[in-house]
Amino acid sequence: MNIIVCVKQVLDPEIPPAKFKIDPETKQVIAPSGVPPVISVYDERAVEAACRLKDKHKGKITVISIGSEKASDVIKHAISMGADDGFVLNDAAFENLDSFGTAYVLGKAIQKIGGYDLILCGRQAADWGAGQVGSILAEILGIPVVTLACDIEAVDQNVRVKRIVNDGYEVVEAPMPSLVTVSSEIGLPRLPAGMRLMIARKKQIPVWKAQDIGAEASQLDKGNAHTEITSLTVPTRKTECEIVTGDTLSDAAVNLVSKLAKLI
Amino acid sequence: MDNHKGVLVCGEIAEGQLAPITIELLGVGRKLADELGEELSILLMGSKSGGLGQEAIAYGADNVYIAEESILDAYNSDAYTQAAANLCKKIVPSIMLFGHTDIGCDLSPRLNGRLGGGLAMECMELSIDPATKLLVSTRPVFGGNAHATMVSKSARPQMATMRAKTVPPAERNDARQGKVIPVEDKLDASAIKVRVVERIKEEVEGVKLEDAEVVVAGGRGMGTAQNFGMLRELAHVLGGAVGGTRVACDEGWAPATLQIGQSGKVVSPKLYIAVGLSGAMAHIAGCLGSKCIVAINKDKEANIFNVAHFGIVGDWKEVLPAMTAKFKELKAG
Ligand SMILES: Cc1cc2nc3c(=O)[nH]c(=O)nc-3n(C[C@H](O)[C@H](O)[C@H](O)COP(=O)(O)OP(=O)(O)OC[C@H]3O[C@@H](n4cnc5c(N)ncnc54)[C@H](O)[C@@H]3O)c2cc1C
Repeated sequence: MNIIVCVKQVLDPEIPPAKFKIDPETKQVIAPSGVPPVISVYDERAVEAACRLKDKHKGKITVISIGSEKASDVIKHAISMGADDGFVLNDAAFENLDSFGTAYVLGKAIQKIGGYDLILCGRQAADWGAGQVGSILAEILGIPVVTLACDIEAVDQNVRVKRIVNDGYEVVEAPMPSLVTVSSEIGLPRLPAGMRLMIARKKQIPVWKAQDIGAEASQLDKGNAHTEITSLTVPTRKTECEIVTGDTLSDAAVNLVSKLAKLI
Repeated sequence: MDNHKGVLVCGEIAEGQLAPITIELLGVGRKLADELGEELSILLMGSKSGGLGQEAIAYGADNVYIAEESILDAYNSDAYTQAAANLCKKIVPSIMLFGHTDIGCDLSPRLNGRLGGGLAMECMELSIDPATKLLVSTRPVFGGNAHATMVSKSARPQMATMRAKTVPPAERNDARQGKVIPVEDKLDASAIKVRVVERIKEEVEGVKLEDAEVVVAGGRGMGTAQNFGMLRELAHVLGGAVGGTRVACDEGWAPATLQIGQSGKVVSPKLYIAVGLSGAMAHIAGCLGSKCIVAINKDKEANIFNVAHFGIVGDWKEVLPAMTAKFKELKAG
């Protein structure tokens, strides 16, 4: 089974809100110093899903990422989990792409790689969280898409996907090749260990530019973007929190309950 | 010349009625259409939609498109995308609105990919820029740490999914006039590749999380599944429901259907008791509508104290048993 996983390197979404700073002029986030970027959470789960399929059916996992040259770190992370190969898609023209631009570039790279049965993406990126790249990519490639997977099985020529819905889940089947977006409910990613870390460290990660994948300048032109960010703000929220105390913590608890009594 | 005109709502039907989110969308859609001086239409799909035309008109629609094929009775990504794309090609809407629901989240990005529009998901606010007449969508980014506004300068339709309960429902007026238009084109069955094999409803015991007046939520700080059970006890005493952060659900202490936050459930109870959770923006997005938020956390710097009304700084192990006992006493007496 040949699987391609699309991953993104993002600002660590777990930095405390107090450290989160933006530049309203450029509409960009200012990364706090000393906090290394990470693989986007849902993308990491997509790699995990791919590894589970490979454990069962054998095959090959190829990981691609649009980003800076440092994006080789997230490819290496995926390789240390069990992926086989990876490419970084880096070009000045790939910076700040909207969802269509992103899907277009990924589509071009995927067509170059070719021979896939399954494409996996995270349900949304942990930074801008647009939540649509996977679906647009599937439309570009003309293959079926199933979103929000919490379990993926390959059954003959089909993928059988358990996907989360509001009050439970549904099981959906689609013929391969197809694209599946992965949600966190698929479960925790494996920890890279031993040999795999070594393999990843040594692996050369080729960088592909626009011309390597045949991406056309007109498609990447910001003037043709489908969406544009017009402002970025940090919401201000001021709640006066009354810290309830007492001689002991259980006294504090009793005092707190008296304050809440009228609410219940 | 841009021939895209009007606002189209993608309707949803729940238990044979227009879903609450759809009535909210008709409200916003009406406002946007009026500001543009254009019409508001709605697409209703499935064999139950026939009877709902007048209802949708009463809530503000000028045109109701009814696609009654039985294959549209339950959501199928391929069938819905095709039906919606067919209608869009026919009526070329300028704006298309969806609920940020199971259906909206799956359908809108695909339809966007097919039509080449511009989509903003999970919007909290939609308006028309008076100068450019473009749809301006406001949505959370970076897990809710920031808000972005977005426009689509030339891509059409301009699409948005809207969070539930961010706008009031449309007002009903049975005197309103409008047209009910059956969709004649049949779907191409050969293009329906995805098949829904089964749907499983996960029953939760007790009060439904979204309806509960009291929610007790726990996070990583609970440490074990057994400890998490103590939250259930408190919820039980208060006649409320239990929920968890993503970490708590990842750990399996609570089922995935009880995750609260941006990528989980949105709750707005009278009382929200947050125990051993840090208050990440992506979590808080799911509980900000609560009347009163109470935080129990041993770290006084935790972000949850920035949104809580009452808090105790300390180990929940020393706080929770006393709280539960005291509430029990109050309830009994
Ligand atoms: C795109 C995106 C979507 C997301 N969606 C969601 C979502 O829908 N819901 C969600 O919850 N998260 C979501 N997250 C994840 C979110 O960013 C946080 O990672 C998560 O909410 C943190 O969970 P937590 O508070 O349980 O854990 P932590 O942040 O680790 O907090 C644990 C807290 O427990 C406290 N604690 C520990 N021990 C004790 C003790 N004995 N007594 C008292 N306090 C104690 C600690 O002081 C700490 O503050 C999302 C993230 C992204 C990027």
